[in-house]
Amino acid sequence: MAKAPVSLESLLDRFGPHPAYTPPGGWQDESRSPAERLVKTHCCFCGQQCGIQLKVRGNQVIGFEPWEEFPFNHGMLCPKGVKRYMQGGHPDRLLDPLLRTPKGFRAATWDESLDFTVARLKEVQLKYGKDSVAIYGGASLISEKSYLLGKFARVALGTRHIDYNGRLCMVSAGTAYKLAFGVDRSPLPWADILKAQVVLVAGANVADCAPITTDYLWRCRDAGGKLIIVDPRMTPICRNADMYLPVRPGTDMALYMSLLNVILRDGLERRDFIAAHTTGFEQVAESVRAWDPRTAAEKTGVPPESIERAAHLFAKAERAIVLHARGVEHQSKGVENCLALINLCLATGNIGREGAGCAMITGQGNGQGGREHGQKCDQLPGQRSISDPKARAHTAKVWGISPEEIPPAGYSAVEIMEAIHCGEIKALLSCCFNPLVSLPDAKFTQEALEKLEFFGVVDFFMSETAHHADVVLAGSLQEEEEGIGCTNEGRVIHIQKAVDPPGNAKGDSWIYCELAKRLGKGKYFPYATTKDIYEELREASRGGHADYFGITYEKIDKNMGIFWPCPSLDHPGTPRLFEDGRSFHPDGKHHFLVTEWRESGDPVSVEFPVYLTTGRVVSQYLSGTQTRRIGALVDQYPNPRLEIHPRLAEQYQIKDGDWVTVTSRRNDMTLQAMVVKTIRPDTVFIPYHWAGERSANRLTHRTLDPRSKIPEFKVSACRLRKADGPPDGARASNRTGNLSEPRKGQA
Amino acid sequence: MHGYEFYVDPSRCIGCQSCVEACAECETHRGKSMINFDFIDRQRTTATAAYVCWHCEEPTCAMVCPADAIKKGDDGIVQSSLKPRCIGCSNCVLACPFGIPKIFPEYEQMMKCDMCYDRTSVGKKPMCATVCPSQALSYVRPEEIGKRREKPTNVFHFGNQKIVTRVHMMIPAETDAVSLDVLDYMWEESYAVFSQPQ
Repeated sequence: MAKAPVSLESLLDRFGPHPAYTPPGGWQDESRSPAERLVKTHCCFCGQQCGIQLKVRGNQVIGFEPWEEFPFNHGMLCPKGVKRYMQGGHPDRLLDPLLRTPKGFRAATWDESLDFTVARLKEVQLKYGKDSVAIYGGASLISEKSYLLGKFARVALGTRHIDYNGRLCMVSAGTAYKLAFGVDRSPLPWADILKAQVVLVAGANVADCAPITTDYLWRCRDAGGKLIIVDPRMTPICRNADMYLPVRPGTDMALYMSLLNVILRDGLERRDFIAAHTTGFEQVAESVRAWDPRTAAEKTGVPPESIERAAHLFAKAERAIVLHARGVEHQSKGVENCLALINLCLATGNIGREGAGCAMITGQGNGQGGREHGQKCDQLPGQRSISDPKARAHTAKVWGISPEEIPPAGYSAVEIMEAIHCGEIKALLSCCFNPLVSLPDAKFTQEALEKLEFFGVVDFFMSETAHHADVVLAGSLQEEEEGIGCTNEGRVIHIQKAVDPPGNAKGDSWIYCELAKRLGKGKYFPYATTKDIYEELREASRGGHADYFGITYEKIDKNMGIFWPCPSLDHPGTPRLFEDGRSFHPDGKHHFLVTEWRESGDPVSVEFPVYLTTGRVVSQYLSGTQTRRIGALVDQYPNPRLEIHPRLAEQYQIKDGDWVTVTSRRNDMTLQAMVVKTIRPDTVFIPYHWAGERSANRLTHRTLDPRSKIPEFKVSACRLRKADGPPDGARASNRTGNLSEPRKGQA
Repeated sequence: MHGYEFYVDPSRCIGCQSCVEACAECETHRGKSMINFDFIDRQRTTATAAYVCWHCEEPTCAMVCPADAIKKGDDGIVQSSLKPRCIGCSNCVLACPFGIPKIFPEYEQMMKCDMCYDRTSVGKKPMCATVCPSQALSYVRPEEIGKRREKPTNVFHFGNQKIVTRVHMMIPAETDAVSLDVLDYMWEESYAVFSQPQ
């Protein structure tokens, strides 16, 4: 039923991705006409959400202008930000809702497609029960839409299964921070980085994934700060690091436990802070005793002397900061890796002060805001737990339903795909999510999609996943609806509407409200604008940890963002958490938590002897649905390459540019080698932004962290074989159903 | 912008090419980037370098131009070739010690970085230095640059040629000038009269 209706070639011909090189109106013609207005808003392409001004003419975004007054990035932008304006008028843009026919997709009216969607959802729920339908959301959506999706799933459909692609991003860090501090937010504003004497960057490829943060690191260094970088790859920021620790994939926890081992061994911990503000220290101290530097060195590949020196550098600093990201979090022990880092900060008293603490670098467009208000399977708005009776009562009151009507926690993103595969979930409605590219084990995802009895997609471009849809509802870009986001700093920002959706495309919020109406639940979704949704979100978040009640659009504009929690209209917001020495736990203490070593879910072996790790490049964003359509960004890094050290390459007689087949326990892929000395010789790296034959997630595995349910993208086992050339029939093959045809400018 | 200077620091560069993409957005040469960008040696290092025109006090490109098509303004900015005069001979391309000028056959002239005259003349920073996420390209006041670990120089030695530039290169604090000729670093050559960079 949900197989692609026609050949891949015809889908790609019609829907792309076609890389666009010229802005609407051409480089030399209409696009040079002056802008009619500049709209101060934010970039859509990572969790930093840099300030940017969009140049608008008529109903078209025709360019950009830096927004130098915005205090986070002062006009700085990465190449994705510079080129983000190329999406609105893109030839691949979906301008009508599409219904699947045996001959492909045909344009339909909104009435026809919405009625069809609702009829199919009802049919499936009638036959198999409420929970046979699942909702997927996205962390690049504005918070109003994230809130709306959570309410739509629970109130309009009554299903417990809603989750989002932030499950592939921030959940390990979020879970760890909730366990240790009782709240899921980076506790410090980025300006604190400038005040730190030592910054430990743990598994964060800042240069490629959070480019603006580079400037914060460099300015910290200008002021005398020391940088310690931990990564299996020598990423660009390592060139200026004071210490580089080349950790073996999946062994980060051993390294951080060993740093704490040295700190405690040498009496560098802050006993007064530990006694006054924390619990659980003794158990953690006991748990790291086994991890002396020599033992840890054998596990991690980091020299014992480096562990000793890094521990001393970190602990002796008056102010130290840990910045961490997916390197430590995308593991089956992602939560514990974060906890091990938090333990380091707690032991050295680095929390709740200027220039001290730990921070997670959120990856997705609205990574922080997108997870706070209800599209996570276990959360209600305001970062409330769905299993907490008080939280349910509060939310039910705001929603105008009884608490019993709110379903219990549902499955997480990967678990939903597994439930589809085993037949438990029969229908899926997905917005802003391209699981065929972004979930691990792509073959499994493909099989699951083909089993769906109904699959609806809301999106602005035809993603590879949407090829399998029964209906594609043409939705909106970030700049086509007004709303808010929350940055990696915890700063709530205002996303301005710059233009209307083009053609017959509609705002995503309108689409979900219409569906709710047609499901007979219209009275719960009476919103005329996204601002109406926001006003309800404020109420719904009130009293929760992520309290937005005191934040209005106007207040954000006036202050260039407001940091939550902000419980009342006269409250200035909270840039730095825990300054009063108290965490958000009822006991007010920061909790040390024991971390226990265990191996990866896909261990290296004689048969699969090489570590595979995956990640991003600076010119592409997530599953590439947007950025693989922007020619200038495509040209920067047109195809995935296999980063491999010359010593490992030599073993297989692989030279730079050679084709190599990488095989894991799931599948294989063939790609060109990039022989570089900037990666450990026991590890290879593949960026994951591409589909089909070029998808790194053909190789990855579905082992999840038991608490955060994040997949272990950063550690897989593989073997290598030099290939004769490009994969056989790469362009014609329909083997995976989502291969992108190389076009102009691609290698 | 009065009181602002341009500084280039490849040690800060992360290779993101935001400068390249942003330069191509310029109203005066839309679709063409004037940034020189290089991966130095990707097999051995992640080091990258992005450069603008250095705007020499005595521009070699102008000195070798047989058509007198390349002019330096009173502001010290060396302009693209004057289209009516430019004969497209590429002398400037070959002679520039920094490798900056490019010939664009479709425009029938040499074009290069003019430090965003359209922006700096109205009180804005050049585009590349505004967007650069690592501030490897910076347009700031000298007192601001004084807070950095590295220090600026604008004196370069290419063999016999000493070049003083408008744009500054950030170099290690203990160095005064940058020589790009190995002779200048050799003990045997240190008695030679023509080369005393250190």
